[in-house]
Amino acid sequence: MIAAAPAPSIPRGAAARFESEYAAYRRKKKLYAFLAGAAFIACIIGAGITAKFDVVTLVQGLPRTTDFLMKLVPPIEAATFVKDVKEWYWDIGKWLDSLLNTLLMAYLATVLGTIIGGFLSFFAARNLARHYAIYWIMRRVLEIARTVPDIVWALLFIIAFGIGPLAGILAITVHTIGAQGKLFAEVNENISVLPIDGIRAAGGTWFEEMRYAVLPQVIPNYMSYTFWRLELNVRSATIVGFVGAGGIGHDLFTSIQLLYFSDAGAILLIIVATIMCIDMLSEKFRHSAIGKASFSH
Amino acid sequence: MTAQFASITDADVASERERFPRMFSASAAERARFWLLWGGLVALTIYCLYRFGFFSGDFLHGVGKFAAVVVGQLFPPKGFEHLPEFAKVMGETIAMAFLGTLMGAVLAFPLSFLASKNMTRARPLQFGARRFADLLRSFDYLIWALIFVRAIGLGPLAGIMAIAIVETGTFIKLYSEAIENLDRKQVDGITAAGGGSLQRIRFGVLPQVLPMMLSNTLYMFEHNVRSASILGIVGAGGIGFLLADRLRAYELQDACLIIILIIVAVYAIDYLSKFLRERLIGDHRRREPVDDAVQV
Repeated sequence: MIAAAPAPSIPRGAAARFESEYAAYRRKKKLYAFLAGAAFIACIIGAGITAKFDVVTLVQGLPRTTDFLMKLVPPIEAATFVKDVKEWYWDIGKWLDSLLNTLLMAYLATVLGTIIGGFLSFFAARNLARHYAIYWIMRRVLEIARTVPDIVWALLFIIAFGIGPLAGILAITVHTIGAQGKLFAEVNENISVLPIDGIRAAGGTWFEEMRYAVLPQVIPNYMSYTFWRLELNVRSATIVGFVGAGGIGHDLFTSIQLLYFSDAGAILLIIVATIMCIDMLSEKFRHSAIGKASFSH
Repeated sequence: MTAQFASITDADVASERERFPRMFSASAAERARFWLLWGGLVALTIYCLYRFGFFSGDFLHGVGKFAAVVVGQLFPPKGFEHLPEFAKVMGETIAMAFLGTLMGAVLAFPLSFLASKNMTRARPLQFGARRFADLLRSFDYLIWALIFVRAIGLGPLAGIMAIAIVETGTFIKLYSEAIENLDRKQVDGITAAGGGSLQRIRFGVLPQVLPMMLSNTLYMFEHNVRSASILGIVGAGGIGFLLADRLRAYELQDACLIIILIIVAVYAIDYLSKFLRERLIGDHRRREPVDDAVQV
């Protein structure tokens, strides 16, 4: 069967031309790969020099890192386990109070940031903003709000509001406004007009259009982004304390500065446990939020 | 059609409602749960506002001070004579992000195979690798930076290590998700042709996952330039040190210049990375390849 198939008529010289052109193509590809590799290595060397990367210091430092990590956990004997752990967590009441503060800071910043960011997102969505100028300005404002790191916002707010959780909340709120505004605006831009047309055709009012056509499309995404943001804000709330903006980060920072390493270890363990719990909860809620509607992303 | 709808009367609707109450509205218990949940969240919000002093006079005072002092003293930016120094430190910041991301990617690459369900049969090993990755990225960059500053001293090296450690965790997660989503057929093809496990990875797995990995790595580099710009606050190198120093000394106009410099650098890196992603991998459709492992 195969042998009986008519051989395609190849013009003479075509095979040779193919071979030579293919070889040229391969050479060009190899040259590009070589150039890209050389540029990459140049980048590594340049970055190493700029950042004063020093292998000797690194190699000497790594054992000290392990030593330091060891110091975070005090000696705990199996025989006196409960007593040792109790001693390790001697200040548990204060730390749990800080942890509660941290969680509430993250919660409040998420709520405030989501409400304000959600409101602004309607002006930052190209299909909903009335003027291109409004859209453009709102996009830039949101970009600046989230490009400036929250810890820098915290330093700025501390100047006005003093040391304490208030500055931290405001800092995380500003960052959340920037992030939610952008993400929600993208959700708004992706809605389908068909349900809106449907409600309008059935004689629905503007309110009914929003309630039955727009909200069901955007709410699952909004909820999913909000859970995710809450999770990220808990992380942020644990570190704004480094500059004095409240939360458990403040306890961690002072204990390391004062060389109370076992305290630092105890607090780090609390942070890890919290973050992992929040991660799991958030994932669960996000899946249930997404499951309620089709998710075109 | 019209006649069919016109024949439905209010009485018909009422009788349907009686027969299928759940079609028209949720059950009383469901509605009660809904309102309890939202009521609880609103009450918690109000309690938080009260707890953190949003209702006190201090808050209004702070708002006034923020508007007057910060906004009034922040602009116009000044200290342009320090610009070469600032730019040099910004370069150091970008170099830190680059090296940290690279180290993280190199460390995570082999471990990501260990953490993929379809590559590692031994479930405890795979599960352990995943939890190890979670542990690494559950601490923020600043916490790792604080630890490394204590261990290897002040300077950019501590910052590089902090980024490398967090990124190892993030990349294990992202890479192993890419590996788990690959098409099995190519790998089976290599097996059928008699390939060993290394050949399966080289010709079956890598061609499928490498574009995704590169794209994620570039995106995280972008993200890490932002992270690196604050690590200096705890002494781990980069421009954050200068910024925190100026802010604490109330030299707000200098600080403003540094913030503008950070924003410009972040934008420049964003565009460069977007350009590279499009050029290398044709990744122009997806704006953000990673969604849940990173902060925006």
